[in-house]
Amino acid sequence: MTPLLRNTARAAFIALLAAAGASASAQTRVDDAWVRTSVPGQPSSGAFMRLTADTDSKLLSVSSPAATDVQIHEMNMTNDVMRMGPVDSVALPAGKTVSLDPDGYHVMLMGLVGQIKEGDQVPLTLTIEDAKGGRETLTVKAPARAAMDTMNMDHDHGASH
Amino acid sequence: MNDLLTRRQVVTGMGLLGLGLLAGCDGSTTALDFKYGKDLSNKIMGRTFKLTDTQGEVKTLSSYRGLMPMVFFGFTQCPSVCPTALARAAQIKKIMGEDGKTLQVIFITVDPERDTPQILDAYVKQFDPGFVALRGTLAQTEHVAKEFGVFYEKVPIGDTYTMSHTATSFVFDSRGNLRLGLSPSLSAKQCAEDLLTVMEVC
Repeated sequence: MTPLLRNTARAAFIALLAAAGASASAQTRVDDAWVRTSVPGQPSSGAFMRLTADTDSKLLSVSSPAATDVQIHEMNMTNDVMRMGPVDSVALPAGKTVSLDPDGYHVMLMGLVGQIKEGDQVPLTLTIEDAKGGRETLTVKAPARAAMDTMNMDHDHGASH
Repeated sequence: MNDLLTRRQVVTGMGLLGLGLLAGCDGSTTALDFKYGKDLSNKIMGRTFKLTDTQGEVKTLSSYRGLMPMVFFGFTQCPSVCPTALARAAQIKKIMGEDGKTLQVIFITVDPERDTPQILDAYVKQFDPGFVALRGTLAQTEHVAKEFGVFYEKVPIGDTYTMSHTATSFVFDSRGNLRLGLSPSLSAKQCAEDLLTVMEVC
């Protein structure tokens, strides 16, 4: 084996170790990811999911081939006024499930490249950083649910207040 | 559901016994005792709006006389509270059964620049084919929001924007008197109970 090849092999091995190390130090579980369907001409939609990190982490960003601009927003309701705005990150405390749902944080898919139809599988890539600065990226496929399909869930939620 | 039907039957029974309740239809707007929502019977709000529906027809409150209009302000790029409120409205109609036919859901856009009639039409009809959407010029939108005491503002994000807005659903009786404000935190069932109270009066 030439020195060059040996170095390449070693570099690849180290990269592999680093990747394994990174995923061991910060592992985040994504549950029930879904995207709301859009109607023709509607330029944006929302994505929702539950995240559970095993160490204190934060969700830094989300990207998707379905939209040109993906942002994390927070919805806040005070005196029945809904306020919306982007956030830099979402804290994911160790072991605690954080919901990105219509009542709080959510992912905004802005500049949709096409209509999102029921049954579509929308890829979402999440970048998560742990307390030590180690980053992991996770890609999930979120099924698209029609506006009315999410109703029962929303209703159950409302009724549980 | 059964629980609600039973209660509804009780309410109907009470309405028949206490004919005095019908006095509200004379045009008087005596305060109503709602279980969940806010009584707006004494508020002079939302009476003079003039907006355009998705077919291009000019609509005013009197266009919906005889129906029970439920007005909600929002925008189609709204990810959470608007679809939740419209899905809830569709569910309220179902819970109310036959009575639900008088409920006319009206979605007024606070984002007329981006919400074209085509998008609005497709948007509201995915919840219920009977829902209507109204749209005005920027000045008309400002006027109608002011008339309802509705707050809305653009929140810039990069080269685009999202919006903040009041998320109350406003309910009128069939004579066009404003009656009830429903918070987004209420369930469809809770809303349906209060809407039956509006129907008992007029």
